[in-house]
Amino acid sequence: MQDAKDLNQYKTELRESLNNEFLRSAMDKFAVAYPAARARAFGDMDVAALVADVARAKDVSVGQMDALYAQFKAKAEAAGATVHLARTAHEANEIIASIARENGVKHIVKSKSMTAEETHLNPHLEAAGLNVTETDLGEWIIQLRGEGPSHMVMPAIHLSRYQVSDLFSDVTKQKQDSDIQKLVKVARRELRPKFVQADMGVSGANFALAQTGTIGIVTNEGNGRLTTTLPRVHVALLGLEKLTPTLHEALGVLKVLPRNATGQALTSYVTWITGNNQCAPGPDGKKVMHIVFLDNGRRAMAKDPIFSQVLRCVRCGACANVCPVYRMVGGHKYGHVYIGAIGLILTYFFHGREKAKNLVQNCINCGACKAVCAAGIDLPRLIKEVHARIQDEEGHPLQSQLLGLAMKNRTLFHGLLRAAKFAQRPVTGGTPYLRHLPMIFAKGQDFRALPAIAAKPFRDQWAKLKPLVPSPKLKVALFSGCVLDFVYPEQMAAAVKVLADRGVAVDFPMGQSCCGLPVEMMGERIAARDVAEQNVTAIDASAYDYILTLCASCASHLKHAYPRLLKDTPSVAYNAQQFSDRVIDFSSFVRDVLKVEAQDFMPGGPKTAYHAPCHLCRGLDVHEAPRALIGIGGMDYVQAEEEEVCCGFGGTFSMKFPEVSAEILGKKLSNVEATGAEQLVTDCPGCVMQLRGGAETRGMRLDVLHLAEALAARLK
Amino acid sequence: MKDKEQLVELFKLKAEAVSAVVTPVTSLHQAFEYVVDICEKKEACQLLASGCEEGLSDPAQALCETKQDKVIAAPGLTKKLFKELETAGKGKGFKFIQDGLRNHLGGIDIGFTVVDYGLAETGTLVLASKSEETRLATMVCEIHVAVLPLSKLKATSSDLEDFLLASFTATPDYTAFITGASRTADIERVLALGVHGPLELHILLWEDK
Ligand code: SF4
Ligand code: SF4
Repeated sequence: MQDAKDLNQYKTELRESLNNEFLRSAMDKFAVAYPAARARAFGDMDVAALVADVARAKDVSVGQMDALYAQFKAKAEAAGATVHLARTAHEANEIIASIARENGVKHIVKSKSMTAEETHLNPHLEAAGLNVTETDLGEWIIQLRGEGPSHMVMPAIHLSRYQVSDLFSDVTKQKQDSDIQKLVKVARRELRPKFVQADMGVSGANFALAQTGTIGIVTNEGNGRLTTTLPRVHVALLGLEKLTPTLHEALGVLKVLPRNATGQALTSYVTWITGNNQCAPGPDGKKVMHIVFLDNGRRAMAKDPIFSQVLRCVRCGACANVCPVYRMVGGHKYGHVYIGAIGLILTYFFHGREKAKNLVQNCINCGACKAVCAAGIDLPRLIKEVHARIQDEEGHPLQSQLLGLAMKNRTLFHGLLRAAKFAQRPVTGGTPYLRHLPMIFAKGQDFRALPAIAAKPFRDQWAKLKPLVPSPKLKVALFSGCVLDFVYPEQMAAAVKVLADRGVAVDFPMGQSCCGLPVEMMGERIAARDVAEQNVTAIDASAYDYILTLCASCASHLKHAYPRLLKDTPSVAYNAQQFSDRVIDFSSFVRDVLKVEAQDFMPGGPKTAYHAPCHLCRGLDVHEAPRALIGIGGMDYVQAEEEEVCCGFGGTFSMKFPEVSAEILGKKLSNVEATGAEQLVTDCPGCVMQLRGGAETRGMRLDVLHLAEALAARLK
Repeated sequence: MKDKEQLVELFKLKAEAVSAVVTPVTSLHQAFEYVVDICEKKEACQLLASGCEEGLSDPAQALCETKQDKVIAAPGLTKKLFKELETAGKGKGFKFIQDGLRNHLGGIDIGFTVVDYGLAETGTLVLASKSEETRLATMVCEIHVAVLPLSKLKATSSDLEDFLLASFTATPDYTAFITGASRTADIERVLALGVHGPLELHILLWEDK
């Protein structure tokens, strides 16, 4: 739940979560266990194809939402159910309360429904004098504690067995053991009388089949079955996006949902209900059956060209499972009702700007959620989009406006960076790090040493470095990005060295500027677009075979975001596609285009670990090339745990949320330390900055290098 | 035939992976003996329902006390087969019921069903549950013993679309997919079997043809 008034209060709350030791260790175990369980569950299935099927089927359904609703209503009502459409959360709650009233209901049992959480149904029913009991174990626990869920599938994941045992001792007035098996049995027996007593059951549903008017419910505990069977009234509350034309699409989703959610091939129960079934205590021995569909903005969203894909979500919860920030701060701080990446987005739509405005800033843009999403939703992009919308609505913070302004004007921006070089002199103490930052900049930043601005940017060195290639086979334009140009020009120089004598004509077009990702991350859409246009204009793509960049973040942004950012600017839209098609990362270029070989390098190199930059492994789907190059380059590659998990940098993220960043970095460095590597290589200057600075502060004996540097040093 | 064997193997593998106990039987009679046997020898049938030994609140304790017998529920059987089951357990002091399951919400030891289909890919049972008694038998019992006729074993749910649609269209309808016992991992992600539904699922593979 979000109640922080401003970013500072939100950060204070984050700190509390970071200091919660139980939460931290529970989340860590989960983060490590989940990917393995998921991989086992999918086995050798073609996951990408299954996900694409879900996405396609969902898009079709969402596009026909109104027609499917009408069809469903006709079918379900012919089978004896009553179907309602609630325009708002409040209306849904009212409909359900009046069903309770009309049927003389006093006691309600509920099985798990995120939609009911969305509408805050329980408080509404309780205010109407009804007694409501959640029967899903996790939901019951948090109901008793008066909390919201901390995960969409495991709502009580933030609690320990001891907390549950204390809670159950209170409820039963008997001292309870902390043995989990026993606690589960206690819940079994305590909730059974609630089922016996209840006259109404409220459930959610995962599917609504228009073809037959059937709802499908996916559960594990069996409470959903009792909820829909024992009481004489059953109300199912579900979002309009659960409508699908036929059973066929639902079975497709069922292939992915349980595997992605909990690593199960299938949940214990899938229940298909059509119409008013047999029910002894009901009128004429039949169930009073109501199905309430919730709009709450979904019909408008279905027509939104950018956000309609949000309605594909099948609520598997996986986007939280893999999120490095969720892992650090837990669900109460990483969502409001809906949790995780999708929660950041849905909170804005269903619970408002106020609840969403801090949350959406706390995304590091690592792309792990997108890569795991059961429905192929481009979550990080939509999170940025919500951030930008909120800024457009509330006004842009000065800092972000200034950055946007500065970046739009390359000469000004580069001038500022050059000026920073002189301003930093008193703080470097002659080392390559910023040592004595004035407090205002340094707050919370001491977890990793920050590098100083280089004495001479790469662009000023270029005239001397540019190799002479008489009859080139390939023409390559270098795109440096700001960090390499102004902080780590030596990494660029190293790359030029690796390319030398291989028949590649290399160019460094001077009109290039920042790629624009930092401004997009800060919600400055216009600046991001303007910078993209400058770069596409500065580098005449068709004059080159490749546009090579050593920065994974730049590469992924140039490749994926440019065509989108510039699609409505006719003068450059075509060039943008030409441009992005030619973008290639350093590792892929060196291994797959240059095809370097082991004999080009000296053997016997150091034990070397690898960190996979988010924007390389997920952003560009490059996994093998850099690891292979470590071996080709004569180094001894050792695999670290969680190589493809984020390092915590995220550009401005690490400045805004230093404590979260520091914790993520800590995990990463510990995993590297455990390998006993002497050297750590990666292919993104941002990651180098974070990892090198962290290793320095931690006093580790670890050289952190860009892969280009590591290779250049070993060239024969 | 080879395919069929592989399908059976796969079903067994997947069902056991979710902790179901899978055993072959050659006849329904053998299935009845199995039920009586586990109820008797393995002391699965107990007067005290599972969890009733824990410290409970008064209402929960009161419901526990309504269970006075060792109960075996087999609502779906024909009268003739039900008689056969009763005969198999004669003199053992079990109570056999076919209806009125709502009077036994305090606890039922064994729910016995013959299911409609099996899905090998996930080790799933498909059970037409229009009858409320069938539903209750499989929800309230502590052990669900399900007979799967092997002639009804399919590879995946896609092979069952026609059957499912026919069921959904013969309204009202309640169709259940059952995969393993009732389970939760809601406390510290530790797996616990038997939350609200059966603690154990026993599948008897019946070579019916
Ligand atoms: S991009 Fe990364 S940090 Fe952002 S929500 Fe997705 S997983 Fe979390
Ligand atoms: S957004 Fe994707 S990963 Fe997240 S809950 Fe929805 S379907 Fe699952």
